[in-house]
Amino acid sequence: MLSDTERRELEDAVKHYPDKRGAAIDALLIVQRRRGWISDDTLLEIAQFLEITAEDLDSIATFYNLVFRKPVGRHVAFMCDSISCWIKGCEQVQERIKTLYDVDLGQTTSDGRLTVLPIACLGQCERAPALMIDQDVYGDVTPEKIEEIVEKYK
Amino acid sequence: MERPLTQHIHPDGTTRTLREYVKDGGYRSLQRIAAGLAPKDVQRLVTEAGLRGRGGGGFLTGTKWSFVPMGPDAPKPKYIVANADEMEPGTFKDRVLMEGDPHGLVEGMILAGYAIDAEIGYIFLRGEYHLSAQRLRQAIAEAYEAGYLGQPPGTGFRFDLHLHASAGRYICGEETALINALEGKRAVPRAKPPFPQTVGLWGQPTIVQNVETLYNLPHIINHGSDWYHRLSRSQDGGTKIYGVSGRVTNPGWWELPLGTTARELLERYAGGMAEGVRFRGLLPGGISTEFMTEEHLDLPMDFSSIPPEVGRLGTATMIVLDDHTCPVGFVLNLEKFFARESCGWCTPCREGLPWVARILSSFEEGRATSDDLSLLKMHTKWLAPGHTFCGLAPGAMAPLQSALKYFHDDFERHISSGGCPWSRKSAQHRILV
Repeated sequence: MLSDTERRELEDAVKHYPDKRGAAIDALLIVQRRRGWISDDTLLEIAQFLEITAEDLDSIATFYNLVFRKPVGRHVAFMCDSISCWIKGCEQVQERIKTLYDVDLGQTTSDGRLTVLPIACLGQCERAPALMIDQDVYGDVTPEKIEEIVEKYK
Repeated sequence: MERPLTQHIHPDGTTRTLREYVKDGGYRSLQRIAAGLAPKDVQRLVTEAGLRGRGGGGFLTGTKWSFVPMGPDAPKPKYIVANADEMEPGTFKDRVLMEGDPHGLVEGMILAGYAIDAEIGYIFLRGEYHLSAQRLRQAIAEAYEAGYLGQPPGTGFRFDLHLHASAGRYICGEETALINALEGKRAVPRAKPPFPQTVGLWGQPTIVQNVETLYNLPHIINHGSDWYHRLSRSQDGGTKIYGVSGRVTNPGWWELPLGTTARELLERYAGGMAEGVRFRGLLPGGISTEFMTEEHLDLPMDFSSIPPEVGRLGTATMIVLDDHTCPVGFVLNLEKFFARESCGWCTPCREGLPWVARILSSFEEGRATSDDLSLLKMHTKWLAPGHTFCGLAPGAMAPLQSALKYFHDDFERHISSGGCPWSRKSAQHRILV
């Protein structure tokens, strides 16, 4: 069941569009913000609210990089692997995360603390390599600095 | 040297408040509207200024607007959309503007909306730009409170502005895919024609414009087209936000006259190559542009001076290739990006791009033969414009075909030496597409 708060936020989002489905992406992100990911049940609840089929909504949910249809960790590290970051050594940073936390791209640590995902250019190219943990962006990252950064996220 | 777009942006990264913005002349253009400047006058000023789209296409803004039906019989509502889906690798200029000066975008949107008589605007922002989202939301709320949005006094014009935070897909930068995304659908491009200017968002006339383009509008309205042309060193009007990333001494961004050369950017502003590495080439503006090499460095970086057989300006935020970086590995990184971000709608793109990435991997892993080189060349023809539904795959071929031209010997060396002479770590070579 959508909570009252969720429902209120969805009602607000819908106001920006001439029809309810216009808010489909907003709706997925609003609900995901509290629940972490979009389960089948959640998908169905949102679809009912938007008055579209669950299959239709799933075609949207599975298309966008920031909508998660599988559980993720308490924190998500988005590793920019686009060209400016690649030139400046993003692979070495990612290797270091792998060594430190035993987690590869697309995986979650066994304690459910951290999911590591690749992401398209974060637009921080002047301070590459960059990564984003949850909503915080870090630039000029090095394999030496990465542990200190990740340790802020328990 | 004037820098109308960025001169007031705080160097410490904090945002400009509404008070600061207004004190320095912000929202003054709305007074001109209240004083009787008609939509057609705004269109004329912008056409005379020669403003060209800053998202990479370089299309004339005045011409784009001229396709929108106007007058009492025109369809209602009409929409204006800011394309703030800045996901082009190597490109970070719109972020600088939105974080540093969010009210500039709000004012630009009001003016563009007024010019085409659109009553609703959307800022289509990529989901990863959380700081931009926060600052734009605040700016929109402040602009409503101050009466600039809604019903600006004395203008007789109603304009509402919404922020749409997307959920991350490169293809949303394509204007018809963006329109589908705004309608809450998969961001798959639409067939053109009809063009969005007549049949766009929810079937209504719609203009989609890059963020930096919109930031230019208040200055053109306030200072006129002659002034705007004087900012530039080329036949295209205005300044441009240029950027440099890669192994240079001082990566960054600078607002400079359009027509500044690549050499000036590289040497004077970016401080030359980083210690110990040498210049080999650059992509002038995002990864859908052709490589330029030493021989092209004195070309003015604008929309008119780069010959089509050399390439195009794109977003003007350049990525530099140095001699310690493998050009084949560089292009492999680009093609993996394109393969991952293909929307999958048309077969040549969906199947062709992963294939290209696999062939390039075989070079890096020492499995490539001269047949693979021919196969890569054939792909640049198979995925050329006209063979695919939209411009994504043809764009992906631009760096590949130019790399095959300028770095041919490096491709050959991968074959003859049975691997990558630069032998970077193996992680790059795994195919994740």
